[in-house]
Amino acid sequence: MNKLLLVAGGSTLVYACLALMMGVLPGIELSKTPAGQGVQPLTALQAEGRDVYVANGCSYCHTQQVRPLGQDKVFGRPSMAGDFKYQTPELLGSERTGPDLTNIGVRQPSAVWQYIHLYNPRAVVPESIMPSFNWLFDVVARAPVGVAPVPLPKAYAPAQGVVVPTRKAEALIAYLASLKQPALSEADMAMGGQAMAGVAGPVTTGSASSAPATAAATPAAGYDAARGAALFTAHCAACHQADGEGLPGAFPPLKGNAAVNDDDAGKHIDVVLHGLSNTKVGGVVYSSAMPPFADTLGDAEIADIIDYERSSWGNHGKPVTPGQVVTARAAAK
Amino acid sequence: MQTGVTAHHSVAGDQDDRALVAVFSAYIVSATLWLLFATGVGLLLAFKFGAPEFGSGAWLTFGRLRPIHANATFYGFASIVLVGLGYYVAARSSGTRLYSAKLAWIGLALFNLAAVAGTIALDIGYNDGDLEYREWPWPIRLIFLAALVVTAWNLIGTVARRTSEDIYLSNWYIIGGTLWTCIIAVVAVLPWYQYGLGQVAVSGFYMHNAVGMWFTPLALGIFYYALPKLLSRPIYSYALGVFAFWTNLLFYPIIGSHHFLFSPLPWWLQTTAIVFSVAMLVPVWGGSANYLLTMRGRTRDMVHSYPLMFIFVGVMGYLTGSTQGTLEAFRSLQEVWHLTNFTVGHSHLTMYGFVAFAVWGGVYALLPLATGKHAGTLGLAMHFWMALVGSFIYVISLSIGGTIQGLDWIHGLPFIQSVVDMQSYYVWRGVGGSLMFLSHIVFAWNVWRMCYGQGVEAQPLQALHGKEAVA
Ligand code: HEM
Ligand code: HEM
Repeated sequence: MNKLLLVAGGSTLVYACLALMMGVLPGIELSKTPAGQGVQPLTALQAEGRDVYVANGCSYCHTQQVRPLGQDKVFGRPSMAGDFKYQTPELLGSERTGPDLTNIGVRQPSAVWQYIHLYNPRAVVPESIMPSFNWLFDVVARAPVGVAPVPLPKAYAPAQGVVVPTRKAEALIAYLASLKQPALSEADMAMGGQAMAGVAGPVTTGSASSAPATAAATPAAGYDAARGAALFTAHCAACHQADGEGLPGAFPPLKGNAAVNDDDAGKHIDVVLHGLSNTKVGGVVYSSAMPPFADTLGDAEIADIIDYERSSWGNHGKPVTPGQVVTARAAAK
Repeated sequence: MQTGVTAHHSVAGDQDDRALVAVFSAYIVSATLWLLFATGVGLLLAFKFGAPEFGSGAWLTFGRLRPIHANATFYGFASIVLVGLGYYVAARSSGTRLYSAKLAWIGLALFNLAAVAGTIALDIGYNDGDLEYREWPWPIRLIFLAALVVTAWNLIGTVARRTSEDIYLSNWYIIGGTLWTCIIAVVAVLPWYQYGLGQVAVSGFYMHNAVGMWFTPLALGIFYYALPKLLSRPIYSYALGVFAFWTNLLFYPIIGSHHFLFSPLPWWLQTTAIVFSVAMLVPVWGGSANYLLTMRGRTRDMVHSYPLMFIFVGVMGYLTGSTQGTLEAFRSLQEVWHLTNFTVGHSHLTMYGFVAFAVWGGVYALLPLATGKHAGTLGLAMHFWMALVGSFIYVISLSIGGTIQGLDWIHGLPFIQSVVDMQSYYVWRGVGGSLMFLSHIVFAWNVWRMCYGQGVEAQPLQALHGKEAVA
């Protein structure tokens, strides 16, 4: 009997100590982590949306943790301890079958896009393998007063009636819209210093090209077409589509777009830098918002995207230089 | 030291014997049903990566089925089959009967109740926070905890009845694993230290301890019993087994945070986890060497014995999967592999290549001894080869695909490119998964024959090697 006590009891005692040390104590300590500057609790609707997110397992494919690594910069600044104050259950996730969503409220602020994408992701991103969540929507003969039907492309719309979000879909989209990283305070940055060794600025993301020096080095005539195309795919194609046609009624086309073909690129640059909402393009009013890219992309990158847009799909706008972007940035200050 | 394995069950009466066989068979049958269900769901999940609209609607949506798959394989299949084997090993190696057959039945009912309720809850949208492997709503996890407590009690009671002074090594692992897991389950369920980042720390602890202190020790315990049984020779080194037991116990619980490398968890916590992930090579290589040396010079027997082949693959799965895990814990490699499909490959190399093969080897080695019915070589061969080839395809395709995925990100390609680049690897995973699933159907057929069928005359390997059997 004594031997049994030693093996079963002894090992269990050892294990209990280790569980305390590696599970419970770090848990106690870290549960006290104070909120970072600007980190807010969710509203009731957003919290409801978070429950929808959990119930349907979004976090098996989407992480909510930006690592202090170069490849994560597209998703935002590195996550800090203070970001998680109001996040219980934690949704850091372990796999990125789809992109990280930590900062999706900033990266894709358009609710219209979110609804279309949720209804059927392939309507806006043809290569997507995310499931359709069309069961979070109702198909009705006519949208109730005050509710905008989801402007689905024809190929994805039901044959009869219009599509309106249910309460759950509304809550979920409200939650996604709330996912915005607050800017870091000085103290946070100092604290995160050790963890972020080697990471450049806080919010300025993108490759090394954000520095004006590199920008000036890019020849004015030939832009980096491959990079322009890649950046367009990463940042713009979700709405304006790879063929530049946009989605009728939801996102304006860039193909044949007046601002894109105008020799004076001022408007084009401004829109990419600062975003847009509720604007008339080619006689149609688009209610969805376009995000600003001033904080996420460098000057040379923005110039590449603009030049890609100005020279694709039959467009023939005069190319811009990174210098022009620098000037436009300065003018806006 | 070898008393346990060679002790005959003459001490226990016929009736007690029948009670043990009934319990053992019921656990295996129940686990087999869970395997079919859980991997059927897994296959559906695998298809969804190629055809996202395949199986639509709330109840079949990916995000609900994935935790159903993972929890049903863990707590339906793997847990129940390991406990069933554990009971048999504990009773036989102690030369006694079960402490209480009734408790064993109650445990089985509780395990099943938890798994059924958990599956239904997840499917109708009650997920306790998407925290991996503890997604069942907490009251259901308490049912599972109750099943664990009942099991631990019963196992200890059984071993306490042993006729020799010594406790056979297998029972260290089986009883230890069950008791430790009771603690894991309690740590996972209490809420007071699980807010925000605190919960991240607990998740890391939980995820790794669930696999490392539950499935791993029980499967290792099965090896220590089944291998000597099949080979009629004692384990190479009893002392090495004891050493691996204590080092496993000391190192494994510390490495959980390697699941969250580069996260805002304190850097020292992550670094500690990395250091001990390397230290894990000690019990892993020590344990594996012990098994392989036990098999030394008996390659020819292996070819004649599918149970041995299953166990051999299981040992190799343990060795390669865990060594791969150590590599995955390095920051430099994790920069590429973390958050990619490489991790899913690792999950299946370990849980499938190691745990599933280990329990299959155990079932094929021990169930015929209990029931006196054999499954027939064709069935074993079909199960073995389809499972082996299938899981090879599964793991290799995801390891390559996951590496490409990680490099795509590092090269700054648009995210969607990594989705496109994975497509063909997802298809291959589906091919491998289909073979694996087919092999499970054959396994079910084999279990049926071993439990209820006419059965082939049992022909344990000892018969072949009776002459050189070690007393
Ligand atoms: C020395 C042994 C091991 C080490 C050092 C190790 C290491 C790791 C690491 C670093 C990860 C995280 C990968 C990532 O998130 O990128 C991981 C994940 C995982 N490991 Fe292991 N592993 C070991 C053995 C095992 C064994 C024996 C099993 C199963 C019985 C196992 C099952 C899993 C599973 C299921 C995951 C996925 C968890 C998740 O979703 O993040 N591992 N392992
Ligand atoms: C026919 C056999 C199987 C197939 C086709 C299959 C398929 C899958 C798929 C498609 C996923 C989701 C991966 C993702 O989200 O990217 C998955 C996850 C998982 N499966 Fe399986 N599976 C099978 C057998 C098993 C078995 C037998 C076990 C355990 C004993 C298991 C344990 C897991 C675990 C732990 C995860 C979560 C992985 C992680 O977090 O890294 N699977 N499986």
